[in-house]
Amino acid sequence: MSEEDDFDLNDLDDKELVEQIQDDLYDGLDEEVTEGTEILLSRGWDANDVLGDALVAGMKIVGIDFRDGILFVPEVLKCAGAMKGGMKVLRPILAQSSEDTSLGKFVIGTVKGDIHDIGQKLVSMMCEGAGFEVINLGINNPVENYLEAIDEHEPVILGMSALLTTTMPYMGVVVEEMEKRGLRKDVHIMCGGAPLNQEFADSIGVPAYGRDAARSAEMAEEYVRSLGKQRGHR
Amino acid sequence: MVTDKKHIDPPKKRLILGCGALVYDLLRLIKQNPALSDKVNLQCLPASWHNTPQLIAPGVEEYLAENSHLYKDVYIAYADCGTGGALDRVLKKYNAKRISGAHCYEFFAGSDVFEQLSEQELGTFYLTDYLVKNFHRIMIKGLGLDKHPDLFDIYFENYTKLVYLAQTENEQLQKDAVQYAKDFGFEYEYRLVGTGGLDSVFEEIDLVPLATEEEK
Repeated sequence: MSEEDDFDLNDLDDKELVEQIQDDLYDGLDEEVTEGTEILLSRGWDANDVLGDALVAGMKIVGIDFRDGILFVPEVLKCAGAMKGGMKVLRPILAQSSEDTSLGKFVIGTVKGDIHDIGQKLVSMMCEGAGFEVINLGINNPVENYLEAIDEHEPVILGMSALLTTTMPYMGVVVEEMEKRGLRKDVHIMCGGAPLNQEFADSIGVPAYGRDAARSAEMAEEYVRSLGKQRGHR
Repeated sequence: MVTDKKHIDPPKKRLILGCGALVYDLLRLIKQNPALSDKVNLQCLPASWHNTPQLIAPGVEEYLAENSHLYKDVYIAYADCGTGGALDRVLKKYNAKRISGAHCYEFFAGSDVFEQLSEQELGTFYLTDYLVKNFHRIMIKGLGLDKHPDLFDIYFENYTKLVYLAQTENEQLQKDAVQYAKDFGFEYEYRLVGTGGLDSVFEEIDLVPLATEEEK
């Protein structure tokens, strides 16, 4: 950007600043998103409104363009980094907020034997952008990790990811164990990953297969909305 | 999309539609068997789709919709390649077969060897001849690392090893692969695996003698 084009975010009014944050988020500019978030807070904005109006709304545009093939993985990862910048500022405030505007907790992890996590990172980011509180268990998770996370976090949704045909059947092990422990009625299960499809999801009793990160986030949100809840934990 | 209606050579009755990353290997296999070159027409789709597998099934479908009627049979030189079964659904419509396996690493190495390599080290990153030759374009630029080197950790934080599954013996490519492993800070292993399951694309075509073809 040339000096002429450079401007101070403080000079923008609230509406312009929200739009600018959304643009900066789209462009993956984490410092600018962080600064814009801080400015809105300094103007007395509620953290929930900053999250919803600036970051979540911005990520929705990213999600749509990713789904439509306008943005690709590298760009979306940059957007995720920018979103993180804003969330770093908001998270401590949201944690103390009496108003719970989260869509609920979303626990996600790559299954045992599999170290691929780009897709589930994108899902995490898209779900966070949609308003979920995401707990990412990382890679190579045995069934115990999922069960412990369910006990600890009481998520509304559990997401499992696999990139290998050899590891995807392990999702069935997790589903079976959840069934045995009576956890299925409380936790919606979603799955995703390159070699998966709806037929596979059906075969292991997972109701929701997310074909890509953007669609997964949409499905997660649709599920929570279908519960009749606007926001909040289970 | 470029159709090949004008360029089709009438005697070449079979279409081999493959990933651009396999073009050198496919051409070599065709050249090794002159009988094949009379029977097939090879067309490749962009190798860059390696990084955007969601484009593969729609791309194959678009090509086949425009061109499949020009051929007797269609053979697909792709594995599932991260399409999550979407490619198979397209191929079913056109009664076409693809190479079995999840991706080219698996069919080049063979399922048993690939499984063994994965078991030895989960965090293994694979290269083929094509990917070594086009490392900068496909891996560095394709993943956006040229513009955003900070994404390296996001992509590769879980990897510790690079295995070069070579199709041909080529000293320069081996040197390059060693260098890429060093650059990425990975252990390195070289395996000369050849074209493996890629040959299966030609098996059925090869079974039909030319004479029988001409009689039809």
